[in-house]
Amino acid sequence: MAIVFEKPKSLTDVPYHYCPGCTHGIVHRLVAEAIDALGIEGRTVGIAPVGCSVMAYDYFKCDMIEASHGRAPAVATGVKRSMPDNIVFTYQGDGDLASIGLCETVSTACRGENITIIFINNAIYGMTGGQMAPTSLIGQVTQTSPYGRDAKTQGMPIRICELLATLDAPAYLERVAVNSVAHVRQAKKAILKAFKNQVEGKGFSLVEVVSTCPTNWGLTPDKACQFVEEKMIPFYPLGCYKDRE
Amino acid sequence: MSSKVLMKGNEAIAEAAIRCGCRHYFGYPITPQTEIAAYMAKRMPKIGGTFLQAESEIAAINMVYGCASTGRRAMTSSSSPGISLKAEGMSYLAGSDLPALIVNVQRGGPGLGGIQPSQSDYFFMTRGPGHGDFHIIVLAPATVQEMADMTRLAFELGEKYRMPAMLLADGTMGQMMEPVVLPEDTVDPETIPATKPWATTGTQMKRPHNIINSLYLKPDELEKTNYERFERYAKLEKEECRWEEYLMDDAEVCVISVGITARVAKNAIAAARKEGIKVGMIRPITLYPFPKEPIAKAAAKVKSFLTVELNMGQMNEDVKLAIGCSKPVAMCNRVGGMIPSADEVLAAIRKEAK
Amino acid sequence: MTYETIMAGFGGQGLLFSGKVLAHAALIENKELSWLPSYGPEMRGGTCNCSVIVSDEPVGSPIIAHPNVLMVMNEPSLDKFEDTVAPGGTIFVDSALIARKVRRTDVEVVYIPATKMATDMEAKGLANMIILGAIVEKLRCVDPDNVEEALKETISARKAALLDLNLKAVEAGREFIRGEKA
Repeated sequence: MAIVFEKPKSLTDVPYHYCPGCTHGIVHRLVAEAIDALGIEGRTVGIAPVGCSVMAYDYFKCDMIEASHGRAPAVATGVKRSMPDNIVFTYQGDGDLASIGLCETVSTACRGENITIIFINNAIYGMTGGQMAPTSLIGQVTQTSPYGRDAKTQGMPIRICELLATLDAPAYLERVAVNSVAHVRQAKKAILKAFKNQVEGKGFSLVEVVSTCPTNWGLTPDKACQFVEEKMIPFYPLGCYKDRE
Repeated sequence: MSSKVLMKGNEAIAEAAIRCGCRHYFGYPITPQTEIAAYMAKRMPKIGGTFLQAESEIAAINMVYGCASTGRRAMTSSSSPGISLKAEGMSYLAGSDLPALIVNVQRGGPGLGGIQPSQSDYFFMTRGPGHGDFHIIVLAPATVQEMADMTRLAFELGEKYRMPAMLLADGTMGQMMEPVVLPEDTVDPETIPATKPWATTGTQMKRPHNIINSLYLKPDELEKTNYERFERYAKLEKEECRWEEYLMDDAEVCVISVGITARVAKNAIAAARKEGIKVGMIRPITLYPFPKEPIAKAAAKVKSFLTVELNMGQMNEDVKLAIGCSKPVAMCNRVGGMIPSADEVLAAIRKEAK
Repeated sequence: MTYETIMAGFGGQGLLFSGKVLAHAALIENKELSWLPSYGPEMRGGTCNCSVIVSDEPVGSPIIAHPNVLMVMNEPSLDKFEDTVAPGGTIFVDSALIARKVRRTDVEVVYIPATKMATDMEAKGLANMIILGAIVEKLRCVDPDNVEEALKETISARKAALLDLNLKAVEAGREFIRGEKA
């Protein structure tokens, strides 16, 4: 019998702890598929963040390091500088990358470190139970914006790809989503490219994945995907923001 | 011709680190330790090493964390306010059982404080250099020669006990020049990671993946890691205490001091001896582990102790603990960047000798 | 014998450097020594000093409370350090920059118009080396020839062109003392 579908080789057998309908699982898979496709598992070191994907170190078969909140790009820099031939990626959420770790994100991008960053933007702090993220939309109700995010007192959401696109150093910045099959396909291409860039020494590559959080959004998985389409993507337009080919 | 060279303490640390196989330095400028970064910036590119001026102290210590995860001898350096920022990183290094070298060339505090010498991070470094239950090895050099020698010791002890190690100096030690014999350049940096089977160097598809981590969501597991770590600390405390005894044979007054104040105290002790006062000194070289034993032994013989320090009496408490408050422990101190003169220390010794 | 030297003046007068050269000369002689700079936030113009101890015995504290050699290149430094000098010590005053006389009577004083001498010999900025030459010629705390050797070792390749001028400045200071003795 022909095998038509199987788990990527660079994923472990540890079952995900993610909530039903959460898109972390899809993105983990896409990352693992890229690692498999490029045959780099043995020389890849991944950096897990603090946030829902904190235990990503259990799911990837490559060597993994757990970083403190927001510091994954600095940790990745330390790894990459000591082993330039290894492939180093970070996997970070919006609180980690765009709030507490914004300085590390921008500085690492600015240095053009030859690493790959997978940035999960689901507009909320999931692990701590649904607080406002730097990327939460205006009007979005969270535990810490119970009356909806108010631009006057809580500021505007931050668009990371657009922000980093103003820098000269990054090689590749793309925003994708995983709320539909077509979008997943596009995301798969982008993530593969972000890893391939590193293999080829092209420099800093970041893929922002507009993701869901059905649990904390208070939506069914299906409605959450709709929310991405109708609310998130209009504010966070998909597409390539920089590609230094 | 002797192989002595004239170097600032800060430069001696940097050169010694390189000779000990350190090829990765991550730092951020702050007085009075910037010479370390400047020295590394000059040397590292020429020997295929990394010098990286990080965006912050926080980033620098996390780069060290990443680099140490790959088994390399990694280091960073800073001064007191910058060390506050590194506290999070030190906790993660300790929680992940990673060896790394952190240099703290102390200046006066709290807050922005000043830039003149201080020993006011004593508690911070020996008690709680970050959140959680942990220690780092703390070494206190008092000569430029010791700055170089202890750089090697810090790397070696850190690796032996799998924990971060700190050189805790003060502004004077960093800035002064003395002749120094640098350690032999015998360590091949390429061979170090192989001695660390836990390092995340890539599986090469030959072993299960290594994980560098300090997260344990199950309390019983976390408890176990804490107990295991403190067993290592107990061994460290038993086997690695270092100190210097000076004129202690017949001493009735025992001075306890480290770093620059130990040197001032030596002058004062020499002057007091001329006056016939029987005074000696125990100079702790390791601050964690603190050399309790020799101090407790001295308590059986001397009338009193006198700590000489650049803080409000932080080491004084450790001496009291070491001797179970069995003898008076006086203090001669200056703070804020001031240093007690030998005359001030002499006056304090005279008072204790009465 | 222990020589505890403080060199003091404005930042930019090369005081740390002249101290470094003295320390280096002592190193060549395998003497015990320490060199300690004052350090402040300003790079130029502020007060600046360094302490150099040269001894046959191991150096205890590198901090000098009572120098037996004082070199001053501005009046605030003379005001600050004059009273600290050990009785019987020697004070070297750049008399081109400091108008007043030393008030102490229990110390020896050498008034040397080093800054003017430097200008006259087109060695502007090397008054520090002129006074250093005078110090070692007078006190022999290190062999003056070793100061020249130390200069050769200390002056970076980038500034090699300045070596000759530095050597001349040291020699001018030595000559000043020899002339004074004669």
